[in-house]
Amino acid sequence: MRVTFTANGKPVEADDVWEGESLLYVLRERVGLPGSKNACEQGECGSCTVYLDGTPVCSCLVAAGQVQDREVRTVEGLTDENGELGLVQQAFVDAGAVQCGFCTPGLLVQTDALLADEPQPSDNDIREALSGNLCRCTGYEKIMDAVRLASARKCAKAASE
Amino acid sequence: MEFLRPGTWDEALAAKAEYPTALPISGGTDVMVEMNFDVHRPSAILDLNRITELTEWSNDGDVVRLGASVPYTRIIDELSGPLPGLALASHTVGSPQIRNRGGVGGNLGGASPAGDAHPALLAAGRDVFVEATSVRGTRMIPIDEFYVGVKRNSLEQDELIRAVHIPVADGPQQFSKIGTRNAMVIAVCAFGFALHPKNGTVGTGIGSAAPTPRRAVEAEEYLQGVLAERGLWESGDLLGAEVIQQFGELVKAAASPIDDVRGTADYRRHSLAVMARRTLTWTWNDYSKQIRSAA
Repeated sequence: MRVTFTANGKPVEADDVWEGESLLYVLRERVGLPGSKNACEQGECGSCTVYLDGTPVCSCLVAAGQVQDREVRTVEGLTDENGELGLVQQAFVDAGAVQCGFCTPGLLVQTDALLADEPQPSDNDIREALSGNLCRCTGYEKIMDAVRLASARKCAKAASE
Repeated sequence: MEFLRPGTWDEALAAKAEYPTALPISGGTDVMVEMNFDVHRPSAILDLNRITELTEWSNDGDVVRLGASVPYTRIIDELSGPLPGLALASHTVGSPQIRNRGGVGGNLGGASPAGDAHPALLAAGRDVFVEATSVRGTRMIPIDEFYVGVKRNSLEQDELIRAVHIPVADGPQQFSKIGTRNAMVIAVCAFGFALHPKNGTVGTGIGSAAPTPRRAVEAEEYLQGVLAERGLWESGDLLGAEVIQQFGELVKAAASPIDDVRGTADYRRHSLAVMARRTLTWTWNDYSKQIRSAA
């Protein structure tokens, strides 16, 4: 079947999509957006997290046909208007929150969603928001640092505007 | 495989009648796992995402009619007042991403004994009904008749779950779940408990410790008897250790768990007794406070 939807603001079209295929597979293998990672395929790890109509979801658990005419935003869509790293992405780099990098795309999207909802989250808020994103390298401390850094920068930016 | 995308509820019912083996999908948090791992390859997938009424709920003051696809996130945010037990249970489902997609309709459709919503629905009382619809009409299936076996429910092949009708809480409710961590956990076992002071009953629900979610009937009857005989609904006085202990033992006796990768049958029985005692204590303390502050 053919599936058409919006990815990071641009219309995309995927052909010959198998009816049981996931959104994650379509993104990675059919429309050239390999940022979202395929790790567990069962919603346990969060590496494939994307926005679907503005809500963060595991793209491995969304059937491709379900995104027809809907809006998807992936980690590739978190860059700023000039195509440079976005605020959350830069904070992860600066805090050293990226090691092997496999979990990073999901953490970035989930952190972006957290800060959109709650610009100054408590540590408990952060842990709760990221509870569905597994990282096997960092021990999470640097990730916590990155989210706090992103929060501080976001609030500073909002204050200066 | 066909991918069916009805735009309206009537179209969905017509599609289910035409393709009785079609697998309904909404949040996809169970269905897609089976697809990804090739556990199950249905003849057709019936996508319910375009039917917006399934993501709506209403509350007439007595009963909440909860659309089958209202995601757990919204149950937590919007319904923790009228449905406290279900909201607590919803908070233990998967992760934020999973709770953004999954809903009670899928839990009921899958009918896994480990589904987190089931103990809360059972505890909410005997007047919980699953609204099952087909082209032939609508059935209101009492929750006690809904679960019929491991991952089997009493839906007919042409029926779809439209909503669940749950009485608005008239007393404290609790939910407790055992797992290896606080997130992303399939219950080792779970327990839902509710006090229903209006009609002098209590509700229980056992998860992951029998072939189906089930009620601890003898435990309910025992506690209702004690509360009525001693006038505790009116006084809000302490239950006493003996009553709490006995309630835990009766809940434990109502389970018929198995040994599996998540835990042993013995551990499940033991932890059910603990959860039963704790949830009873928590809810009764809350209830006592309400009585005292009203006096």
